Amino acid sequence: VYQVFESVAKKYDVMNDSMTLGIHRVWKDIFVHKMNPSPGTILLDVAGGTGDIAFRFINYVRSVWERQLQRRLRHHQNLSWPEIAKSYQEDKSNSLGDSQVVVCDINKEMLKVGKQKAEHLGYSEGLSWVIGNAEELPFDDDKFDVYTIAFGIRNVTRIDLALQEAYRVLKPGGRFLCLEFSRVSNPLLSRLYDLYSFQVIPVLGEVIAGDWKSYQYLVESIRRFPPQEEFKAMIEDAGFFKVDYQNLNSGIVAIHSGFKL
Amino acid sequence: GRAALSRARHGPPEEAEEEEGGRYELYPGHIPTSPLQKALLAAGSAAAALCDPYRHDMVAVLGETTGCLALPSLRDKMKHHPEGHRVLQERPRIRLSTLDMARLRGLPDGSLGREYIRFLEDNKVSPDTRMPPKFVDDEELAYVIQRYREVHDLMHTLLGMPTNMLGEVVVKWFEAIQTGLPMCVLGAAFGPVRLSARKLQVLATELVPWAIRSGRNASCILNIYYEQRWEQPVESLREEIGIFPPP
Repeated sequence: VYQVFESVAKKYDVMNDSMTLGIHRVWKDIFVHKMNPSPGTILLDVAGGTGDIAFRFINYVRSVWERQLQRRLRHHQNLSWPEIAKSYQEDKSNSLGDSQVVVCDINKEMLKVGKQKAEHLGYSEGLSWVIGNAEELPFDDDKFDVYTIAFGIRNVTRIDLALQEAYRVLKPGGRFLCLEFSRVSNPLLSRLYDLYSFQVIPVLGEVIAGDWKSYQYLVESIRRFPPQEEFKAMIEDAGFFKVDYQNLNSGIVAIHSGFKL
Repeated sequence: GRAALSRARHGPPEEAEEEEGGRYELYPGHIPTSPLQKALLAAGSAAAALCDPYRHDMVAVLGETTGCLALPSLRDKMKHHPEGHRVLQERPRIRLSTLDMARLRGLPDGSLGREYIRFLEDNKVSPDTRMPPKFVDDEELAYVIQRYREVHDLMHTLLGMPTNMLGEVVVKWFEAIQTGLPMCVLGAAFGPVRLSARKLQVLATELVPWAIRSGRNASCILNIYYEQRWEQPVESLREEIGIFPPP
């Protein structure tokens, strides 16, 4: 799996846009909206390589935080102007309201691309990049408010171990969120989806990234991943409660959610 | 998961192995494709090669997916010629590991071997950078296209053309007439798009007419067992094949 993603890293984002015709951006937006993080949240984004979820998280908490600040300011209109200026100073060094995201990925190349993107797009505060294996996370117990894994868990050899690790590093009350390709139940859509996946995606891989085999592997790994209900059961087995899922685009993609109580 | 991946990455050395959909891997590196996939690949690789002329892999893929008529005809030409037939049987490969560089460099100036080495060194190219075929669904035809790719540098030597854009276009014209491969025809037609007006003039007035005349006059270039002719002077080989002296 490591070698697949080494060759895939640089063209990852281009390929995602081409394969999903840009829809993956919508899926990720919905995902972060469902998370609805409040400022001060500590997020662990696993298999987060090129940073898509992390950047969206930062944008979200920043806008929520700014709205909160504005509301606070409106209530402080009786303050003197030096006091208002001082509160600006304090807020400037804390544009995210103490929120933080740790991007963890097994692949150095993916993290490198992510770091470059962050620099290019101007993200600096609240971001950390760590190399790690989802089956054995380099973090202590009960550390994170939210654990996310977007389009990464199907590449993990022992999904049960990854789920157990997710449970371990989450604080009590913490939330597990997974965005992943899933089973399409509608037979007609399923056939069209298969046709597109097997006929078009490897061709896109060859033409854009010069790599047929990696994208053939990708399409096959999607088919091997357990369907919605089965994955839900696996999450429950790891100890999570209130496990639920939401299908996007009739099941092409699903968001699974669970809580550590 | 991992097992399927390693099977897909390391194809079988000799025998065919069953792949998805019941199609077989006919040679190492072979990727069986459906007609729809070939059509998509042809269109996609053509677009990619036009956008980025340095994507040699796309030019290669275009050649493989569009060569279904030209390749069998080339193979038959080789079969019906004594020397070509031998090439087809013995399947020689032009690679740094098989060439005796020191010996070739020691050959007299003007000989095929010496001039070939000079060409490789002057243009800083190596025969090992040719893409192996992936999408040709016949093992013999896969060799034919491989041979065509490996002989390409020898074409440069025989035609006396460098590896800049102008030189490549001239060689493509020659190859288009000789092989009829759609990829060569497209390369010959669209290659000049990126040339300056001055070069285009030289191309149109001198080089292309010469390339066409030579291409028509010459016997099939795949029918020469080049590896057995390193000592032969380039001029004599040109005469034998029927290539006119370069302008």
